[in-house]
Amino acid sequence: MRIPHRFPSCYQAGMKPLDSLQMPGPVGSREPIIAVSDLSKTYASGFQALKTVDLEIRRGEIFALLGPNGAGKTTLISIICGIVNPSTGTVTADGHDIVRDYRAARAKIGLVPQELTTDAFESVWATVKFSRGLFGKPPNPAYLEKILKDLSLWEKRDSKIMTLSGGMKRRVMIAKALSHEPKILFLDEPTAGVDVELRRDMWEMVRKLRESGVTIILTTHYIEEAEEMADRIGVIRKGEIILVEDKTVLMQKLGKKQLTLHLQNPLAALPADLQSENLQLSSDGTELVYTFDTQTEETGIAGLLRRLSEHGIDFKDLQTSESSLEEIFVSLVRGRA
Amino acid sequence: MNVYAIKAIYLFEMARTWRTIMQSIASPVLSTSLYFIVFGSAIGSRMANIEGVSYGAFIVPGLIMLSILTESISNASFGIYMPKFAGTIYELLSAPISAIETLIGYVGAAATKSVIIGTIILITARLFVDFSIEHPLWMIAFLVLTSITFSLFGFIIGIWADSFQKLQIVPLMIVTPLAFLGGSFYSINMLPPFWQTVALFNPVVYLVSGFRWSFYGVADVGVGISLGMTLVFMLMCLAGVWWIFRTGYKIKA
Repeated sequence: MRIPHRFPSCYQAGMKPLDSLQMPGPVGSREPIIAVSDLSKTYASGFQALKTVDLEIRRGEIFALLGPNGAGKTTLISIICGIVNPSTGTVTADGHDIVRDYRAARAKIGLVPQELTTDAFESVWATVKFSRGLFGKPPNPAYLEKILKDLSLWEKRDSKIMTLSGGMKRRVMIAKALSHEPKILFLDEPTAGVDVELRRDMWEMVRKLRESGVTIILTTHYIEEAEEMADRIGVIRKGEIILVEDKTVLMQKLGKKQLTLHLQNPLAALPADLQSENLQLSSDGTELVYTFDTQTEETGIAGLLRRLSEHGIDFKDLQTSESSLEEIFVSLVRGRA
Repeated sequence: MNVYAIKAIYLFEMARTWRTIMQSIASPVLSTSLYFIVFGSAIGSRMANIEGVSYGAFIVPGLIMLSILTESISNASFGIYMPKFAGTIYELLSAPISAIETLIGYVGAAATKSVIIGTIILITARLFVDFSIEHPLWMIAFLVLTSITFSLFGFIIGIWADSFQKLQIVPLMIVTPLAFLGGSFYSINMLPPFWQTVALFNPVVYLVSGFRWSFYGVADVGVGISLGMTLVFMLMCLAGVWWIFRTGYKIKA
């Protein structure tokens, strides 16, 4: 499934322009803002939600945690935020141990949980004010006003939360999470069941937050979201982190690229010496699709083009595309099942 | 100490009180007024004095206690049950607050409300019957102590309950009978000797007795014992709460 957004159309087709590979590299090289080591969780029921998790989140990055339902995403976040006790292992947030030094650690963290859990009878303003106090910050009406305005909630500040739409409630939860000026923001499935407009707003907001120095960790089912937003991607499966990689590197490493040649004249069949499993002719004979691996030294493109010209096959246009993160993700999760 | 957090929880809970003022304040006041009309004025006028105190005045401390017990429990239990029920407890668990701070916020607000209700009932009672308070400071002490103790008890019930039915069951099935049988409407000296002994196992007897002593200087049991028993019950509740927070019982997986 594709979700519409306001970026160039090539994104929507699951392709990337070539120059996107030159995006800035990993953000921040100082000590990790979150360090998870040897973390495991077995619930009282005996269900082992996390096996052994080691993970470092870099300062200032947007980290996307991908994984199928029940993979342990929410458990991992809940432990870091102090909602679930770990069975083994340690976590530090901005250098503070989340158990021993929980006050300092938690004051740095904001959490927007997956479920829409809000009070019903309080006003938007009251609930945001409450959250700020709960996290030990002195009142700051000007700051709260700014948050509510950024999230288009200012007009609704005196409304009872129960009278708001689902999307508005989601905004309220974000406002609550931001009310104490956290340095780390967890967004657990932030755009699940959210309309297009809000999703765009949210992406915009996440970018702005990152610019202001907030580290963002989001879990998502929407691969596009990770592809769109993340600097790095972690994949979690059955309680284990099976991969952490820079998004661009991941896509380069695992991504298959395709070269499509639009032929000048339709071709009835491929010449015998060009027959290869990597090269396919479209059914109407107007397109040649060549699949190659970006990891190999020699892509074979030069040779292919040379031989095409030897055969007198002209083309009027060509384009390359690479696998979307979704394809990579599916192959990862299936591949190691 | 995260004072802002305590204040936030306290004000949040108090706001709930004002928002539901009909239910949280008007209703206990109305029901107690009915008791005064029926037992104090209608029936009480035909009853003999008990230990030198007119029946109407005699039941005042007991009725206040009755309201305080039920209100403390229902308020404190509801206050902590709702976030669990609605899911908003995630915020409480992820906030930089200690168990003690959480407790001060919730129990403090529930106890405050009980003291307010107790005071309003006291004033209302004065409209129906004539009474005086011999030991006002002790009266306030018993009022506050009982409010805190039973708010703690309510907090435990709110954590334990995983349905609205369980939330109601302890106040309804245990506390109300104990309060009615705890000498709110009579002196336990009026009971046959066997039942007097049984009554001494009822913690409410000590609360009512001590409270009544602060009004009229008469008591079923010594005031020291009353105070001691109240404190013992408070410590038991504190131990329960301490255990809950230490183990994360029903709030933290």
